[in-house]
Amino acid sequence: MTTRLDGNVLAGALAHLFVPDATDLRARCTNCGRVAPIAEAVVYADAPGLVARCRSCDHVLAAIVDAGDKVYLSLSGLSAIALPK
Amino acid sequence: MRHRRPAWHVATVVETRPETPNAVRLVLDVPTWPGSEAGTHLDVRLTAPDGYQATRSYSVATSEPGRVVLGIDELPDGEVSPFLVREVLAGDELEIHGPLGSYFVWRPGQSGRPVQLIAGGSGVVPLYAMAAAHAAASDPSPFRLLYSVRTPAYVYFRDELAALAGPSFAVDHVYTRQAPPGWDEPAGRLTRDSLASTTFAPHERPRIFVCGSTGFVETVVAWLLELGHAAHDILTERFGGL
Ligand SMILES: Cc1cc2nc3c(=O)[nH]c(=O)nc-3n(C[C@H](O)[C@H](O)[C@H](O)COP(=O)(O)OP(=O)(O)OC[C@H]3O[C@@H](n4cnc5c(N)ncnc54)[C@H](O)[C@@H]3O)c2cc1C
Ligand SMILES: [Zn+2]
Repeated sequence: MTTRLDGNVLAGALAHLFVPDATDLRARCTNCGRVAPIAEAVVYADAPGLVARCRSCDHVLAAIVDAGDKVYLSLSGLSAIALPK
Repeated sequence: MRHRRPAWHVATVVETRPETPNAVRLVLDVPTWPGSEAGTHLDVRLTAPDGYQATRSYSVATSEPGRVVLGIDELPDGEVSPFLVREVLAGDELEIHGPLGSYFVWRPGQSGRPVQLIAGGSGVVPLYAMAAAHAAASDPSPFRLLYSVRTPAYVYFRDELAALAGPSFAVDHVYTRQAPPGWDEPAGRLTRDSLASTTFAPHERPRIFVCGSTGFVETVVAWLLELGHAAHDILTERFGGL
């Protein structure tokens, strides 16, 4: 099953980052260069963990895997995340 | 209220009552809940006696502190929703994490542009919160809700939506399986033409919030783009499913 959700659903999983909400941050896809809020990614929640892909080119932007005592966060497909000052 | 860090809360169920033939309204008492912006969600975490945990997201219908109202549809083969719809009783405790999300959110005074809300089934929950916040703030931007449901019995927040309707908030229903007696349209799925005739036109430059099952959202967004709305004016919340 490959149910597609929106990046909005990552808000709970990304709440450990040092910003109140990461899903409205804008970030760039390393593959196609699209810059968009993380909330606009295509999220697959049926994979082990959550996988976020670029809405333009389908490149994997980020993955979040809950390993019990830790949560692993990969942002390998994102370059330059704009943080509020 | 903006940019408040989400936290885990213990919620006590105050009331559970049928909302539609396959959905309940859960009223939660959450003393630590800070209140939330319209459109946000929370995560409910269930823990089985053997430690197994399941987490699902639910939109928040209310905005005030201390109290949370959810509307939950039962997916018969689902892991979490049948429990929340059938098993949970007043007095039970639930673990919730929130408020979550600052993207699919409507804020009063943000813009004078019209706002078009488009809901499929339970997707109306965050959009109802937006309509209620719009009324509570006496925000002057024109609001319109297009709401697709199977039959009149499946309308969430029927009385509340009727009470909000007025000069700056219009509600249009699409009945996909059975229309009320005397309705001038036969029951049937939303089409691109009926979408066009019951929503703000592209030249009115509405900001559009679309929420429902993933299939509903993707169909509606494709039509909105074909009708000439700009991609950056369309915000979506996909609930899952096909
Ligand atoms: C941000 C967000 C907010 C949400 N808000 C609400 C809300 O206010 N009210 C509400 O009822 N639900 C809401 N949902 C959906 C909710 O999180 C669950 O997905 C839903 O309750 C099903 O969970 P389950 O464990 O019962 O089913 P699962 O065991 O997860 O899934 C069972 C089967 O149903 C399919 N499925 C999953 N979700 C849906 C769906 N929405 N429609 C059709 N088929 C589906 C799955 O692909 C699977 O085949 C929201 C989802 C998100 C991402
Ligand atoms: Zn890309």
